[in-house]
Amino acid sequence: MADKGLAQKVRDTQVWKSIFRHGPPDNARNRAAVVAGNVFLHLHPIKLKKSGVELGYTWCMGGLTFFIFLALAVTGVLLMFYYRPTAEYAFNDIVAMREHVPLGIMREIHRWGAHAMVITVWLHMFRVFMTGSYKPPREFNWGVGVILLVLTMLLSFTGYLLPWDQLAIWAIAVGANMAKATPLVGHGGPGAAFAVIGDFVMVSDKNDVRYQLLGGRFVGEPALLRFYILHCVFIPLVVGTLIAVHFWRVRKDGGISAPL
Amino acid sequence: MADKQSLNRREFFSFLTVGWVAFSAACAGLASMALRYSYPNVNFEPEMDFLAGRPTDYEAGVDERWKNGFGVWMIKRDGILVALSNICTHLGCVPNWLPAELKFKCPCHGSGFYMNGVNFEGPAPRPLERFRITMTPDGQILVDKTRIFRQEKGEWNHPDSFIRV
Repeated sequence: MADKGLAQKVRDTQVWKSIFRHGPPDNARNRAAVVAGNVFLHLHPIKLKKSGVELGYTWCMGGLTFFIFLALAVTGVLLMFYYRPTAEYAFNDIVAMREHVPLGIMREIHRWGAHAMVITVWLHMFRVFMTGSYKPPREFNWGVGVILLVLTMLLSFTGYLLPWDQLAIWAIAVGANMAKATPLVGHGGPGAAFAVIGDFVMVSDKNDVRYQLLGGRFVGEPALLRFYILHCVFIPLVVGTLIAVHFWRVRKDGGISAPL
Repeated sequence: MADKQSLNRREFFSFLTVGWVAFSAACAGLASMALRYSYPNVNFEPEMDFLAGRPTDYEAGVDERWKNGFGVWMIKRDGILVALSNICTHLGCVPNWLPAELKFKCPCHGSGFYMNGVNFEGPAPRPLERFRITMTPDGQILVDKTRIFRQEKGEWNHPDSFIRV
């Protein structure tokens, strides 16, 4: 009894045992229990082929993307404490984040991280394509990944407006005009010109999809608020859900594809 | 035993169908409510038409007094007064009037327009648009932005696309 090490004493406490139901991961059964008994790790495959996670094969781009997403979530929540999404305050709050707030680099981390995430997402997609990992049984997960790619770019797009400077406003004005050109539901798009009954225009700049996106006919304060909600709440929730599905399907579809 | 037999297999599936139809209808209703919810009943943007004073209020050339509020340049030239949109026909930025060079120049991608609104440089594919401009009975100018006139469609000859001064 007396020669029990400190580590063993800690493992024998009720606190430790209530958190970790399994023994130390020094055998295959316990190592499986570590993964299967953890709500976060259980999305992950219990066993991997050693060759399947070779850095030269996976580039770790999916993992890096997830890591950057977590970093962006943390820095983004911190930034939200100092940012007010109104025309009066938005730009000054962005400046204040650098000038008046400790760790003024926080916003730069968020911004650089956003750039990095777009790059790693593309490289991840490139790797998956070049290794043929989109083929059955992984075709569904490729589809989930494509949606995640689009959502990543929408996160970049919505975040771009929040500094509320000239670059932001005109970039979003140009970007939102793409919504204007949507077939049938954008007032400048194909089909809208035919949706006219007499003098009544069915698809106009007051009820088309761009109006829905901006909350107005041009980029104004309602657009700032909408983009803020989309950027900070709506899209991250969808992305988080789809990331869980994405990881779960990696496990269910046979793990990371192995080198041939 | 009679109670256990009260719902047979066929009836169970018809209940299931009713349930799924009701669930789908509820989801569709929620979705359409959320869609409608994203279009507010009132917005606080400038009106689409406005009274722009009298023709004698304007000097010859480009007048920028309505640019910030309504997005309109008043251009008095060659005996006519027109209300020109300040939305670039390339991707929707707002060009600047450069009096020294007598042209509109868009800062986003460099499109240039003559004083009459016709494009001559940069990526803009067509001239700036005119808005309907008419005289009220008491002699004021009424600009109506809900009706546009496009030069490339030959609409700048339309009598509502300019007023004679």
